[in-house]
Amino acid sequence: MIECDILVVGGGPAGMAAAVAAYDSGVKDVIILDREPELGGILRQCIHNGFGLHKLGAELTGPEYAAVYKDMVTERGIKVYYETMALDVTNDKIVTATNRNGILNFKAKAVILAMGCRERSRGALNISGSRPAGIYSAGAAQKLMNCEGYSVGKKVVILGSGDIGLIMARRMSLEGAKVEAVCELMSYSGGLTRNIVQCLEDFGIPLYLSTTVAEIHGDKRLEGVTIAQVDENRRVIEETKRYIECDTLLLSVGLIPENELTKMAGIEMSAVTSGALVDENRQTEVDGIFACGNVLQVHDLVDYVSDEAEIAGNAAAKFVNGTLEKGETVNTTAGNGVRYVLPQRVHKTSKEDIALFMRVTEPFGKVRFTVKSGEEVLATAVRLKVAPGEMEKILIKKEKFELINGDIIVSLEEI
Amino acid sequence: MIYDVVIVGAGVIGGMLARELSKYNLSICVLERDNDVACGASKANSGIVHGGFDPEPDTLKAKLNVEGVEKLFETAKMLNVPIKRNGSFVCAFGEDENEAITELYERGIKNGVEGLKILSGDEARKEEPLLSDKITSVLSVSNAGIVCPYDLTVAAIGNAMDNDVQLKCNFEVSEIAKNDGIFTVTAISGEEVKAKYVVNCAGGNSDKIAKMVGDNSFDIIPRAGEYLLLDKAEGTRVSHTIFQVPSKEGKGILVSPTVDGNLLTGPTACVVDCAENKCTTIEGMNTVIKLAAKSVPSVNFRNVITSFCGVRSSEKNGDFIIEESKAQKGFVNVAAIDSPGLSSCVAIAEYTVDILKSIGLSLVENKNFNGSRENPHFFREMSYEQKNEYIKEHPAFGKIICRCETVSEGEILAAIKRNPPATDIDGVKRRTRSGMGRCQGGFCGPYVMKLIAEQNNIPLTKVTKNGKGSEMVADKI
Repeated sequence: MIECDILVVGGGPAGMAAAVAAYDSGVKDVIILDREPELGGILRQCIHNGFGLHKLGAELTGPEYAAVYKDMVTERGIKVYYETMALDVTNDKIVTATNRNGILNFKAKAVILAMGCRERSRGALNISGSRPAGIYSAGAAQKLMNCEGYSVGKKVVILGSGDIGLIMARRMSLEGAKVEAVCELMSYSGGLTRNIVQCLEDFGIPLYLSTTVAEIHGDKRLEGVTIAQVDENRRVIEETKRYIECDTLLLSVGLIPENELTKMAGIEMSAVTSGALVDENRQTEVDGIFACGNVLQVHDLVDYVSDEAEIAGNAAAKFVNGTLEKGETVNTTAGNGVRYVLPQRVHKTSKEDIALFMRVTEPFGKVRFTVKSGEEVLATAVRLKVAPGEMEKILIKKEKFELINGDIIVSLEEI
Repeated sequence: MIYDVVIVGAGVIGGMLARELSKYNLSICVLERDNDVACGASKANSGIVHGGFDPEPDTLKAKLNVEGVEKLFETAKMLNVPIKRNGSFVCAFGEDENEAITELYERGIKNGVEGLKILSGDEARKEEPLLSDKITSVLSVSNAGIVCPYDLTVAAIGNAMDNDVQLKCNFEVSEIAKNDGIFTVTAISGEEVKAKYVVNCAGGNSDKIAKMVGDNSFDIIPRAGEYLLLDKAEGTRVSHTIFQVPSKEGKGILVSPTVDGNLLTGPTACVVDCAENKCTTIEGMNTVIKLAAKSVPSVNFRNVITSFCGVRSSEKNGDFIIEESKAQKGFVNVAAIDSPGLSSCVAIAEYTVDILKSIGLSLVENKNFNGSRENPHFFREMSYEQKNEYIKEHPAFGKIICRCETVSEGEILAAIKRNPPATDIDGVKRRTRSGMGRCQGGFCGPYVMKLIAEQNNIPLTKVTKNGKGSEMVADKI
C-alpha cells in the first residue's frame, strides 16, 4: 500500500493544475497517476493555437499549454506514475491501479478525480447503413494525424460541429484533404464562434445546420454518406436526402465525462452534466473525494479547466489539513433557459465569493441572468449573446451569502 | 499436397467441423473468403443456446438442436469459451398467445426438451421483476443459455489449428473442379487447393458454392436481423433471455444479457438481396426499440453502444441441409444453417463427420488430439493479487490499451499471436473486446493499429479494419 496525502487520477490539464494547486497550498505529498507516458492528456494532440488566452495571457498550442503545467509539476517534484491506469476507487479513498510493474494500491487522505472525457461514438447515434473503415471520432483522427503523422482520408464529411470537429476540418484541409461538409443536427453550432470563423469560413467549408448523416455507404472503406435535413423533432426529411461521396466521416457529436471510477466509488452523479454532484470546493458527496475538469463538466476552454482544478486542488489541501468548509449546504438549480448550474450545492458559510458555472439551453440574444434564493436576488449578469457551446460564469459575492434562505435558482430572461 | 478434407467457410459450423475432424488422422484445410474467421453470420447473431422447443418435430433442426445443447455446453467448457445457462422465457401477451405457449410447450415435449415449464405472468415477474405487466404467460426453458458466437468460432478454429488444421484466409473460392476423384478448389487469386472431400459450410454463399459443382438444389434466402447492443449499465435488466411468441419470420425480438454483461436486443427479420447486405436501417432500429420495450419497458435505449446487422442463411423448406450433394460425390453440403444453428453446431459437426464416414472417409483416431484450449480470457478473470503476480512476469499485461473494457497490451499481443491469429482491428476486437466498450475504439484504436503494425512488421498504412480495402489511414503526412 502506497500512502500519500493527495492522489490525483489523471495527468491532463485538470490533474496537473489540481496537483500544483494542492502543493502550493502546503500539502507536498501529492501523487499523479496518468495512463500515458507523458503528462498533458488530450492537449498533447491539440497542436492548434488558442489555448491560454485567459489563464496565461498568451496564445499557446495545446502542447505548449501543457508544457507550462508540466514544468510546474516537475519543479515541485510532484511524483507522477506514468502509463498507470486507475482501475478502482473506493469511498474510503483506496485506489487500485495497474502498470507494467504490477497492481498498485494507494491509500490517500484525499483523492482528486481528473479523468477527463471521451467522445460519443457512432453507435450512440444509431446512424443506419454499413460499417466500413473510415469512420473516426474527431479526436481519434486528430491523434492519428498529429501524434502518429498519418492522414486518415482525402474526402471528408464531418458530423457535429463540436470544437474538435471544427478544428479537424481545418486540420484536414491544411493537409490537403477536401472537407465536403460539416453537418450539425441542431439549428445552431455547438462549437465556439471563433472556431466556426477560423476553421470553416476561412477555408470555405460549408456548415449545414439542422442536418444529419442519415446513412453510411461502403463495404470495406467508406464510399459516401447520405445527408439530410431534419425537422423540429430531429427526424430526417426524406425529400432533402442527398449523397456525398467521401472516404472519411469524422464524428464530433459530443463529449461524455469519463466517470466509471466515480461511479465505482458510489458517488452520486448528475444526469445533466454526467459528472459528480459537487459543492463550491468541487468536493463530491464523499468527503475527501474531489472532481474537476472535463470529468466533472465538459468545458469550452482549457483555461477554465485549470481554474476549476485549482479550486479542487486548494480544497483538497484544506481537507487534508482539516480546514475545509463543513456544514450545511443549499442546492443550486437551473431555472428558465439554463441547462445546468455547477456547483450543485454551496456552503452559505463559505469565506470566499462563489462562482457559478452554467450552460444555456439554446442560443439567445441579449439576456439577463438572475441568481435568486427565495425572493432575494444574489447576483445578476447581462450578456449580449449566449449559446450552449459557451460556458457562463456568474459570481455571488460573499456579502450576499446572508441573504440565502433556500435553494439558489439561476434563470435568464431575454431583454 | 492433397488434403483429405477441405472445408469452405470459417464460421462456427466450419470451425466446429474442423475441430471434430481433427480428432482423426486427417489432413484438413479450412478456406475462408474474409481476412478473419467468424465474419459472416457467426459474428452477428443472438448468441443464444436455444432449448429446442421451437423446431418442428422430426426435422434435422429438432434433432440436432436437442442433441446439440449439452454437447455445446461441454465443448464450450473444454474450449474455455464463456457460456452461461441463464434459461429463457418465451412471453405471451394476451389470450391468443397463451395458446401458442401451450403449443410450444407440447412441441418441446415432443422434441424431447427437458426443463420446460409454463408460468403465469405474475410467476414470471417474480423471477424477472422488470418484465412488462402485460405479459400473461411464459414458457420457461431452463436448459437454454447464452454464449458469444464469435468467441466460440475463434476458439473452435483455434483449437482445430492447434491440432494441425490449416486455415487459409482471403481465399474466396471461384471454382471447384473434380478430376480423377480429386477436387481442385480455386480462389479468385488463382491459388489452388486439392482435396478428396469438400464440405460446403459457406453460410450465406453456400448455394453459390454448391452451384460450382453443378448442385442447383437449393437457394439461400438471406434474411437480415438488426440488433442494438447496450452498455453494461443495462446488462442486469433481465437475467433470462426474454423472447416473444415466435412468428413465421423468426423467433421475434429478444432482450437478453450477454455473457460479457451487456444487454442485447433484436433481431428484426427482413429478406435482403444478398448475404453481404449487413446495413442497418432506421426502420429496423425503431422496430427493435419498440418491440424490446414491449417485453421489458424499462430498457434505456440512450445506453445503446452500437447497432449491427447479421444475415441468416435460410432456405424455403425451413430445415438444415446436411447431406452429400446429389450432383457431386464427395461434396457435402452443410447449408441453410439458420437458427438454431449455433445451438446445434457441435451436433451438426458430429452428424457431418458421420456422413463423411458413410461416404468413405476413413477415420483413424488422432492420438495427439487435444480438445482443450488455453483460456484466452484468463487475465481478466484473475484477482488483483493474481494479476499482480502475473504482471511481474509479463509486464505487458500491466499496460492498459482499451480503457472501457480494461484490455491490456499483453492480451492484445496474445490475440495477435494465438491461433487463429488476429490480423486486423476487428479481429483484435472480437478476441479481446478492445474497442467494444462505450467509446467504441475512440481511444484504443490508434494503439491497436500500432501493435498490429509492429507485430506483423507492416507499415501503419497496411493495417486494416477487416481486410484489404479497409485500410485505416491513408498515407504518411
